[in-house]
Amino acid sequence: MEFFHTLATQAFLQNALLGGILASIGCGLTGSFVVVNRIGYMAGGIAHSVLGGMGIAYYLGLNPFVGALIAALLAAIIIGTIKLKWQHQEDTTIGAIWAVGMAIGIIFISKSDGYNTNLMSFLFGNILIISDEQLFIMLLLDIITLIFVAVFYKQLIAVSFDMEFAIVRGIHVNLFYLLLLCLIAITVVLLIQVVGLILVIALLTLPAAIAKQYVHSIGMMMLLASFLGMLFTSTGLFISYEPDLPAGATIILVAGLAYFISSMVRSWRPFKT
Amino acid sequence: MTDIAIKITDLNFSFEKLSILENISMLIEQGDFVGLVGPNGGGKTTLLKLILGLYKAQSGTIEIFGKPLKQQRKTIGYVPQYAHFNSDFPISVQDTVLQGRLGIGSRLGGYSKQDKSIAQKVMRETEIIDLANRSIQSLSGGQMQRVLVARALATEPKILLLDEPTANIDQRAEKDIFDLFKSINERMTILIISHDIGFVSDYINKVFCLNKTLVCHDASPVTSDTINTLYGGHVHEIHHHH
Repeated sequence: MEFFHTLATQAFLQNALLGGILASIGCGLTGSFVVVNRIGYMAGGIAHSVLGGMGIAYYLGLNPFVGALIAALLAAIIIGTIKLKWQHQEDTTIGAIWAVGMAIGIIFISKSDGYNTNLMSFLFGNILIISDEQLFIMLLLDIITLIFVAVFYKQLIAVSFDMEFAIVRGIHVNLFYLLLLCLIAITVVLLIQVVGLILVIALLTLPAAIAKQYVHSIGMMMLLASFLGMLFTSTGLFISYEPDLPAGATIILVAGLAYFISSMVRSWRPFKT
Repeated sequence: MTDIAIKITDLNFSFEKLSILENISMLIEQGDFVGLVGPNGGGKTTLLKLILGLYKAQSGTIEIFGKPLKQQRKTIGYVPQYAHFNSDFPISVQDTVLQGRLGIGSRLGGYSKQDKSIAQKVMRETEIIDLANRSIQSLSGGQMQRVLVARALATEPKILLLDEPTANIDQRAEKDIFDLFKSINERMTILIISHDIGFVSDYINKVFCLNKTLVCHDASPVTSDTINTLYGGHVHEIHHHH
């Protein structure tokens, strides 16, 4: 098979495979919290606000990565604060940040000549052109995320499961909730460069949502979600390679199909027994 | 001489300009089994959340064992309303009960050996030890209620606050769970919210009726007048003859 031959000889495909694996670990860890907290929409808002930060950074001639990071963290803190203080305003706020973030991005991009195509690839990513440096940054993100989750595992679960009870037990709920959203923001920004916005959202939610149908603890969910993510990215890469399909989109379709099938199987089960 | 577990003085609470609680003063002694009854929207849950420090009153004070609430929050165990629960969450019974140990001991990492042995002990007491490794998604209403009670007991509190603990379970299970509360009451003060005044009266030694303000307390006998004030006159009085 040409795929395996290329994989054995070409660094770009090795990097793509490794990139998919590293992205899957980061997404499996944070994605599990996204799914159990039911904040997929919030993660979407944070992810799209990134365009605003990148647009401004391009316009000012700064590093777009820094702009993306600032925008994502800002969006995470604004959305999180509004959710914690005025619960019923949360939905509208996310919608506003989502749309305004993208609008700011598009205005600034249109005013900065020559960068358009560059920015688009930045936003939509390309798993086939991952550099060694990007792999290293992803590895670093995975390690930081893993340490954070391991150290504050019980607090993060308590805040996700029953915020009120966590407050009564003296946990700094607001702090942990905002830290969790910031972690999601950082994950999104780093992975957008590599695999693109849409693939990040897919990898953040689909593997974790499938895992939740089979296991009964967040720890196991993270493990299974990471593994599923690796399976989907590798399979997607493999399928897309010979017909020369866009790799990111193929991976998303593989993950989407797996989620659909899994949901069907899980909901049919009670009728069989 | 008995100690005062909860002392509330002239408490007023309003939310978005709407007055929820007015002039609440109450005394709960150590070892009491108190029922807090009243119509829906009468402020029962709000009062409980004020005692838990989840809300802040506009005026008035709450003292727990003679000290301001802030210093005493950890002496209170809390069983929230089951209906508000995310029962779809992927977590085992044991891990749920262990959450009662939060805020005690080390902040970093997992739960200690002592935390786990306390969780075992309270799961045995609440008769859910056989369910320890089960996912909460698979539990019945009555079982889930026991898990929430066990979680509150794992805190090793001096006061236990329960919000409608039997709202979603059948009558037989309700009696069993009240028998459990009765035995827990031997070592701690219990304040329980219920809309079922008839049922709780077999267990409690004190009752407070709440409808924005305290309509009655244990000193005054519950007459049809108080019930009318409490529920707005739509209640038919039924006499029990034992």
